[in-house]
Amino acid sequence: MWAQWTIATRFLREGKAQSTLILVGIAVGVAVIVFLTALITGLQDNIIQRTLGTQAHIRIQPTEEANVVLAPADGTVQLLLETRRAQRLRSINNWQQVVAAADALEQVRAVSPVISGPAFARRGEAVESVALVGIEPARYLRIIPVQEDIVAGSFRVGAGDAVIGSQLARDLGLQVGDKLRLDAGQGREAVLNVAGIFELGVRELDSRYVYLDMKQTQSLLDLPGGATVIDVTVDDIFGAREVAARLSRLTGAKAESWMETNAQLMNALRSQSLSTRMISLFVALSVALGIASVLSVSVVQRTREIGILRAMGTTRRQMLQVFLLQGAIFGLAGSVVGGGAGYGLVWVFNTFGPRLFYIPVDPWLPVAAAGLATVTGIVAAAVPARRAAALDPVEAIRHA
Amino acid sequence: MPEHDAAQEVLRLEGLRKRYNLGKPTEVEVLHGLDLALHRHDFAALVGASGSGKSTLLNVVGLLDQPTEGELYLLGRPTRRMDDEGRTRLRRESIGFVFQFHHLIQAFTALENVLMPLIVAGGKPTPAQLAWGRELLAQVGLSGLEQRRPDQLSGGQQQRVAVARALSTRPALLLADEPTGNLDSHSAAEVFALFRKFNREFGCAVLLVTHDPRLSVQCDRTITLVDGRIESDRR
Repeated sequence: MWAQWTIATRFLREGKAQSTLILVGIAVGVAVIVFLTALITGLQDNIIQRTLGTQAHIRIQPTEEANVVLAPADGTVQLLLETRRAQRLRSINNWQQVVAAADALEQVRAVSPVISGPAFARRGEAVESVALVGIEPARYLRIIPVQEDIVAGSFRVGAGDAVIGSQLARDLGLQVGDKLRLDAGQGREAVLNVAGIFELGVRELDSRYVYLDMKQTQSLLDLPGGATVIDVTVDDIFGAREVAARLSRLTGAKAESWMETNAQLMNALRSQSLSTRMISLFVALSVALGIASVLSVSVVQRTREIGILRAMGTTRRQMLQVFLLQGAIFGLAGSVVGGGAGYGLVWVFNTFGPRLFYIPVDPWLPVAAAGLATVTGIVAAAVPARRAAALDPVEAIRHA
Repeated sequence: MPEHDAAQEVLRLEGLRKRYNLGKPTEVEVLHGLDLALHRHDFAALVGASGSGKSTLLNVVGLLDQPTEGELYLLGRPTRRMDDEGRTRLRRESIGFVFQFHHLIQAFTALENVLMPLIVAGGKPTPAQLAWGRELLAQVGLSGLEQRRPDQLSGGQQQRVAVARALSTRPALLLADEPTGNLDSHSAAEVFALFRKFNREFGCAVLLVTHDPRLSVQCDRTITLVDGRIESDRR
């Protein structure tokens, strides 16, 4: 390979202007791909983190109640006019066992049973509809770290204590230490002490959520010992759908992953990824065509030298390798420069950009880009290299 | 064993024909069944008018082109059925080329050009090969110019580098296509003297295509080609 390498690099060095131009072209292409990929990855990570910051990856809920219809007798046709049943608030059957089953799964990071239902919050004349969320704090905070978003007081949901959202506190004029009256209907009422106020940054949650102790909520909602939802987080967020399906099969309850709950978002992210990939593909394609055309011109320019080298005993295979090596060198060198430039852009974005989000630097991206660019270079060089190898030495030497 | 000394025989052609454009209406036969043998220490001129088939014969003998019919033995080995790889290997082991135009490779120094056949055969030159390359350049009178690029040498100097290159693999057969055609008479005489010298010292057979009667009369043997046939072979 020494001979091929030496000939390839000498040829490149001799055509310095040509080599430099195509290298700049490749570098720009690789920089665009690296920066775009990093930017979109960073953006999507950010969106997903924000979305999943306030919701579990998987929610397990009781199966819906359906009408039981008797099968028609043989030989008869049954016409059915069905009114769907109202879904009353119900507990998940044997939720302790469901929690244990979820805990036992390897991919699952945290499991939290929750009892959740509607109520009114009153203070004087003001009434707000709220969602009661009865939790076991130790488990729940591993799913949604509300304690990090406390703006007043502390996260304490023990006996007689509640933690409410900032918007609700504003609407009802509540402060830490004030009393909050909750009415869950049918005469079930409770007066609680506001122990803390949180602000998750999602208006719906900040104006509606009231965190309580599980027991207190069970009695308010008249579901003694019950849990209406089991929240689950997993290690690999994109594997949530599979884990949800598995939980569903294991427990018979309805398990829904964040990917199904946020189908719109997933769709948007997927389209974004697709368009990024399309742009990358076309940039890579034009880089490859650039390499191919420069090497094609080079083969024509060097026809006579190729002929001489063949007469000197260079085999077709060696000639092929000379030009494939040139393609590989273009790809590798261009991607090293371009990868560096791409990271420069990422750094500039992180340092001087709008700072809406941070683009994480994936150390494998430049390695992957360099590898891919090298392979692209070799593939792009294939056609000109084959032409060089196929040249008839007699004709080539005569070439002016 | 054949009756003549095979060890001494470098090249033998038997009924060698070369046709172009096979199977097309323009099919044309350039060489019409040539028989020829060259031995070690032979120093032969190949003469003939333009279009007589000299260059075609040289290309076929140099394994750059394949005969259509007949057989070509190089160092006793039949070559017609060899594939491109085999012919290329045989070429680089046993044939040296000198073309009318020097045909050096601009991207390499004079010394690297001389060693090019060794480099493509075996990779990075060994110290012994480097010394041999320097010695060859010294023999052609270019000591001290080893690191010059071809464009920093005169035409005569470039052609002498090309001669040194043709000899770097110590070939059994040296082929030259009008090697002095592009040189002034002084440089031409120098280059011709080099062929003579290497023919004597290395014993390589020389086949030299030339138009120049002043050169051909200095050769030991003159093969005259007329319309693709050997008209005369005089010693």
